[in-house]
Amino acid sequence: MTASPPDGGVTRGGGTTGPVPVEFTGVRELRGPLVVVEGVSGVGWDEFATIVLDSGERRHGLVLEVDGDLAVVQVLEDTAGMNRAGTRVAFSGSPLRIPVGTGWLGRVCNGRGEAADGGPPVLGAASAAVGGAPINPVRREPPDEPVLTGVGALDVLTTLVRGQKLPVFSAAGLPHLELAVQIAAQATCGGEPFAVVFAGMGLTHADVAFVRDGLAARSAARELALFVNTADDPVIERMLTPRLALTVAEHLAFTEGRHVLVVMTDMTAYAEALREVSAARGEIPARRAYPGYLYSDLASLYERCGRIRGRPGSVTVLPVLTMPAGDITHPVPDLTGYITEGQIVLSADVQASGVGPPLDPLASLSRLMRKGTGPGRTRADHPALAAQLIAALARSRQVADLADLVGRSALSPADLAHLELADAFRRRFLAQGTDENRPLEDSLDRAWEVLLTLPRSQLGMIPADLLDAHAPAADEGAR
Amino acid sequence: MTALGGTGADRSRILRVSGPLVEIRCPAGVAMHDLIALGADRLPGEVVAIRGDRATVQAYEYTGGLAPGHIAEPLGTPLSVRLAPDLLGGVFDGLLRPLADSGDLLTTGGPATAASAGPSWPFTPRVARGSRVAAGAVLGEIGGRVPLRLLVPPGLAGEVGWVAPTGGHASDAVLAEVGGREVRMAQRWPVRRPRPVARRLPANAPLNTGQRAVDLLFPVARGSTVAVPGGFGTGKTMLLQQIAKWCDADVIVYVGCGERGNEMADVIEELGELTDPRGGGRLAERTVTIANTSNMPMMAREASVHTGATVAEYFRDMGLDVVLIADSTSRWAEALREFASRMGELPAEEGYPAGLASRLAAFYERAAAVRTLGGAAGSVTVIGAVSPPGGDRTEPVTAHTERVVRCLWSLDRELAYARHYPAVSWSESFSRDATVLGTAHARAGDPGWAERRGRVARQLASADRLADLVELVGSTALPPRERIDVLAGRLLREAVIQQNALSPADAYSTPGKTTALVEAALTVIDRCLELVDAGTAVDAVEAVDFTPLLRARETAAPAETAPVTAARDTVLARLEEAA
Repeated sequence: MTASPPDGGVTRGGGTTGPVPVEFTGVRELRGPLVVVEGVSGVGWDEFATIVLDSGERRHGLVLEVDGDLAVVQVLEDTAGMNRAGTRVAFSGSPLRIPVGTGWLGRVCNGRGEAADGGPPVLGAASAAVGGAPINPVRREPPDEPVLTGVGALDVLTTLVRGQKLPVFSAAGLPHLELAVQIAAQATCGGEPFAVVFAGMGLTHADVAFVRDGLAARSAARELALFVNTADDPVIERMLTPRLALTVAEHLAFTEGRHVLVVMTDMTAYAEALREVSAARGEIPARRAYPGYLYSDLASLYERCGRIRGRPGSVTVLPVLTMPAGDITHPVPDLTGYITEGQIVLSADVQASGVGPPLDPLASLSRLMRKGTGPGRTRADHPALAAQLIAALARSRQVADLADLVGRSALSPADLAHLELADAFRRRFLAQGTDENRPLEDSLDRAWEVLLTLPRSQLGMIPADLLDAHAPAADEGAR
Repeated sequence: MTALGGTGADRSRILRVSGPLVEIRCPAGVAMHDLIALGADRLPGEVVAIRGDRATVQAYEYTGGLAPGHIAEPLGTPLSVRLAPDLLGGVFDGLLRPLADSGDLLTTGGPATAASAGPSWPFTPRVARGSRVAAGAVLGEIGGRVPLRLLVPPGLAGEVGWVAPTGGHASDAVLAEVGGREVRMAQRWPVRRPRPVARRLPANAPLNTGQRAVDLLFPVARGSTVAVPGGFGTGKTMLLQQIAKWCDADVIVYVGCGERGNEMADVIEELGELTDPRGGGRLAERTVTIANTSNMPMMAREASVHTGATVAEYFRDMGLDVVLIADSTSRWAEALREFASRMGELPAEEGYPAGLASRLAAFYERAAAVRTLGGAAGSVTVIGAVSPPGGDRTEPVTAHTERVVRCLWSLDRELAYARHYPAVSWSESFSRDATVLGTAHARAGDPGWAERRGRVARQLASADRLADLVELVGSTALPPRERIDVLAGRLLREAVIQQNALSPADAYSTPGKTTALVEAALTVIDRCLELVDAGTAVDAVEAVDFTPLLRARETAAPAETAPVTAARDTVLARLEEAA
């Protein structure tokens, strides 16, 4: 029922589909984002509803529960200004569907999919239910090709793979939005058809301006669909925004054959909206008062990434979230980490050292990287190079801790070389401007340059032939 | 609302829908755990509570569009699955419906139940017409990669009225008649009822997993239970997949319970490609995969672990050793919590229902080494992953699981961050099977096994203790013997305990290779100690290139020991030079 085939006719954007059928006026209760309507019949669970206020204003909602002749409806735009007497509710008879197609590309819409760029409503020849349908695990194609972001540290150390879900874990004050926009602006898939769907949730107006500005070129090239729910937009609408984005992305990928990168920021704002509805319903809270189904709900978004056997496109998901108080054990980053295939962690410590993007290379990990890198995908030396660099950085961190305690003079020559490596890593490799699109070749060569601050004997993870090619044995004598 | 009686005696109507929770008007005669077909699409659901004339049903599929007044039809049977040899090599959803028969996207209605056609299986009768047989008796043998048997189903006994001749038969064909009842190759069994056995046996034979960290330090017996707690990124799934691929069980049942879709796709693809080290063929041919990813309906996730246990018991009853892997039991517990919350049950810790501990214990109790009804020995070993939120080991699922399992392989974030895989922590794991398995190894001709394990554990613990000290004062401040202890810890970790899942040579390790690696490392360590005791400078010993020993695990094939011995000798020779 969730993913019936395209129904042919032209559907209008913004969820205000079709004529309004029977209207019910028996509003019994208004509480938080919920309306309880009585006297209804034939209303199914998860149906889409249209609510008309006595002022004539239209709002939208989803059915959370039906019990006898009662229906509990969650109002996307909030219940402010609604009263019991003048509110009419009509049910659409099916879950929310939106038009899909390339018409979204180049457009800017609000969190409900209504045009926010002064243009006409987005139309599409086909429509799809926003809830999506799970991809059959047997029909999934395991991801094994890279998406290049032009951000050196990501491309080399935590390579994003087509069909992967890889979140950015950040904290307040760190430049995660800058990084997300840089990735969205620069990402490519080796010349194959590409598109970015960007879903912003709870962004400030300044943030929105920054996003629109940063992605203007991509939008002009009709490679971008932008959905933005601002911080002063209705909170509950945020629950819809990522679903719209993913529905549009799935169509672009699996029907239009594009590789689609979906950036969703900020997922913490999304989870807060979920918690608000849960609290209004009086549900039993789990960790930190988030609902017990937070894991499944996040999974219903993140798991929409992937590739399907026999179809050309892919959906890659890059959720961005801020860890409240920088706490990685907070339910939102924690449950996200359990669902996603790795994580990109931004660190206040690296930020303090003055280089950006402030990636923590040791806490960051792309689990699908080994399948998406190497000969024929990136470069033959890439996997071993990245593994060795990570191992060396891990040792550097230990040595730095040790140096703090016992002083540099107590360190062995190999330990001192690792301190140099950490320095070279920050200066030559990690540091990159937000407008610099660094080619992979350049990034890999810089990684070699950093690594070769160590003597050859410390590079045990790199096969001898690769070492010979990149580090002439003559160098060894000099060390 | 009183006139909703329905058309037939057993037809009923839906009263309330809230996600997977559906309440129906309860006809007389509907029992707990009975299946109900909901709505026009006949979505499956299970009765979980009856209160007055209302029954609460947990729906196994997306309930969008279901409305009060829609039809609910009791089916009169509990949730049951079809058990047949053709499960091997298949991929199923949580209700054991074959996923291969579904499209790219899973829509409601789910995949059809298994088609009755399918390949034909070679059958050889082992009883004569007219003989008397009891439940569990072998009626015949079914060929294939794994030796399967046709058994008299539990609860049936009597005279063999007829038995099929030798030859190929479809899996749903009638193969015998016992006590006037037909016996088919495919049988049905309710998932929540453990299949009966004659008696439980002590679990005292080792399950060789091929993972050294486990086989050496925290071994598990066939028929025992293991929990694998680990935060995200600690390599839980990777470790479980390695065990699924390489352990020496006859049949693997892999339940992906609320986990990643890409990961399941990866497992399915790899099992289909890898060759079974035990007798060739594809690994997939001895594996049953149940894939209920995190975005598939939540309540089918709840059923999936029971489905998996039932499949495991079915193969166990044929006298086979089965390993049931559930990844992750935490997602299963979350499904329990979700539903308890919708039912309005009073929550216990962190919103989980008060029955969580007993539900977990009951699931792990389906593991056992048994004497089957037919007199054969078989076993089900249960390995369950646990995903503690925030890595918090005091959370209810981890805490309750730890109490009921025999072995705990605790995965450590520090080790994983240092890319030490498998990240099994030697300080926080345990194996209550170790003593009995030490005896088993001694009986099997390896009397030194327990001593070796003890030595490695002590050496690792002492290196850990010294590591704390080294962080404070630096290694040069330690006395010579202690510095060698630090070196010994590193050698054991890197040469023995670590294992590279991606290297064909190192992905699994036979008991012989594991022993050779341990002995090589211990011999080198002993020699280092002797040298410093005899006055050789510690710096000189530390400066020796131990690389051949560290690389031996990747240079020796899984069953080879000669390259390990050679590497040991090379390093010993270098030590002599340093002396």
